[in-house]
Amino acid sequence: MIHWASFSDFIAMGGYGFYVWGSFGMTALIMAIEPIVARRNRIATITRLQRQLRAETRNTAE
Amino acid sequence: MLKIITAVISRDLKLAMRRQADIVSALFFFIIVVSLFPLGIGPEPDLLRKLAPGVLWVAALLATMLSLPRLFADDHRDGTLEQLAIAPHPLGLVVTGKVIAHWLVSGLPLALIAPVLGVQFDLSAEALVAITLSILIGTPALSGIGAIGAALTLGLRGGGVLISLLVLPLYIPVLIFGAGAVDATVTGLGGEGHLSLLAALTFASIGFAPWAAAAALKIALE
Amino acid sequence: MTDRLNLYRFASPATFYPLAGAMIPYFVAVSVVFGIAGLWLGMLVAPTDFQQGEGYRIIFIHVPASWMSMFIYLIMAFWAAIGLAFNTRLSGMMAQALAPTGALMAFLSLWTGALWGKPMWGTWWVWDARLTSELILLFLYIGYMALTAAIDDARRADKAGGLLLLVGVVNIPIIYFSVQWWNTLHQGSSVNLAKSSMATTMLWGMLLMAMCFWMYSIAMALMRVRTIMLERERHTDWVKAELAHIVAGDEK
Repeated sequence: MIHWASFSDFIAMGGYGFYVWGSFGMTALIMAIEPIVARRNRIATITRLQRQLRAETRNTAE
Repeated sequence: MLKIITAVISRDLKLAMRRQADIVSALFFFIIVVSLFPLGIGPEPDLLRKLAPGVLWVAALLATMLSLPRLFADDHRDGTLEQLAIAPHPLGLVVTGKVIAHWLVSGLPLALIAPVLGVQFDLSAEALVAITLSILIGTPALSGIGAIGAALTLGLRGGGVLISLLVLPLYIPVLIFGAGAVDATVTGLGGEGHLSLLAALTFASIGFAPWAAAAALKIALE
Repeated sequence: MTDRLNLYRFASPATFYPLAGAMIPYFVAVSVVFGIAGLWLGMLVAPTDFQQGEGYRIIFIHVPASWMSMFIYLIMAFWAAIGLAFNTRLSGMMAQALAPTGALMAFLSLWTGALWGKPMWGTWWVWDARLTSELILLFLYIGYMALTAAIDDARRADKAGGLLLLVGVVNIPIIYFSVQWWNTLHQGSSVNLAKSSMATTMLWGMLLMAMCFWMYSIAMALMRVRTIMLERERHTDWVKAELAHIVAGDEK
C-alpha cells in the first residue's frame, strides 16, 4: 500500500528531493509562522488596549 | 451633460496652463527615461528596434503616474472638490472631464513626442506610426484607471508611491496591447487587432473608471 | 424569518467575536485531519507519475495554494460588495483579515511553481500566463494591504479597500486574458502543464490538501478578525468587558 520501499527513498523523492522538500518546507514554515505572528499581534493589541482602558478609567475616577 | 464635462475640461486646462512647468517636466521625464535605455543595453540597432515598443510604453506608464497625485489634490486642498461633490450634477461627469483634461496635458504630449524618440531606436516609418497611434489610443485608459488610484489615495501620506502600487498592476492590459500593436506591425502581422482592443480598453475605462473614481472621492471626503 | 434574524445577529461583532473564538479550534482540527489524510495519500500512497516522476508531488501544495489565492480574493471582493451595499461593519473586517493569508497563498503558489518549474521546464521562472497572472494577483493583494494600512480611519479604509477590491475583481479576467494572449504570441505553446490523466489517489490527495488549506485559511482569518474587532470596537462595552477578563496571552 505504501509506495516507498525505504525511508531514504522517500527523502530522495526519485531525485526531486530538493524541489519537493523545498516546496513543502516553505509551506510548513509559512503555516507555522503565520499563526505565531497573528497571535503575537493579538497579544500586543490586547495589552495595548488594556493599558488604554486602565488609563481611561483612572482618568474618569479622579 | 456635455456642458459639465467641457466646463471642467476648460477649467482644468486653464489651471494646467498656469503650471506649464509640470507638464514639461513629465514630458522630459519620459524623454530621459527612454534615452537612458540605449545607454544601459547597448547601441545595437536590432536589439533597440526590438525593445523600443516596450521601453516607450513602460516609460509612458511611469510618466503618466507622475502627474496622477495632483489630479484631485489641488482641488481637495482649496475645497473645490467638496463643492463639486455636493453640487447637483453627478460627480462622475466632473471626474470624466478631469480625466480628459489630464489626458490632454499628460497623455497627448507623450504621443506627439513618441515618434521622435522612436527614431532614436531606429524604428521604421510604419512602426513609428504604430507607436504614435497606440500611445494616442492607449493613454486615455491610463488617465481613467489612474483617476481611481488618485481618488483612493487622496490626502494619504505617501500617496504618490501608493498610487503606483495600486495602479500599475491594472495598467498591464494597456501595456500588453499597446506594445503588442507595435510588435505586430513590425513583424508584419498587422497591428489593427491590438489597436482595436486598446480602443475598447480606453472606451471602457473612460466610461466606467470616472464613476468608480467618483465613488472613491465620496469615500475620501466623508 | 428567525433564520434571517439570526444571521443579522451574527453579523454584529459582539456576537460574532465569541462565536469565531469558539470555531477556531474546530477549523484548526479539521484542517489538521485533512492535512494528514492528504499528505498520507499524496506523499506515501500515490504512485509515481510516469511523466514527471516524483517531482509532481509538489502539486499537492501548489494547486491548493493557487486555488486559495484566487478564491480568497473572490471572497474578499464578495465581502467588499456586501460592505459597500449594506454598510455592514463586519464585512470590511473580514476582507482585511483575509488579505494576508491570501497574499501568502499567492506567494506559496509562486514559490512552489518555481520549484516545480526548475526540474520540469528547466527554469525557475517562465512568463507563462498562469504564473504571470499569479504574480499580478500578489501585486493586487499587496496594493490592497498597503492602501488599507495607509488609511487611519477604519471606515474609510474598509470602503476604499472594498472599492479597490471590486475594481481588481473586474480587472482580473481582463488581465488574465491579455496576459494569456501576450503569452501565446510570444512563446507559442512550448510550455504546457502536463495534463496527463491523474490517478484517482492523486486527485483525492489534491482535494484533501485543498480542504486542508481552505480550513487553515478560515482559521487564520477568524483569528485575525478577532484582533481587528477588539481594535475597532475598543470603545464599546463588550470589548471593555472582554478586555477586563482576559489575561493577555492566556485566554481561552
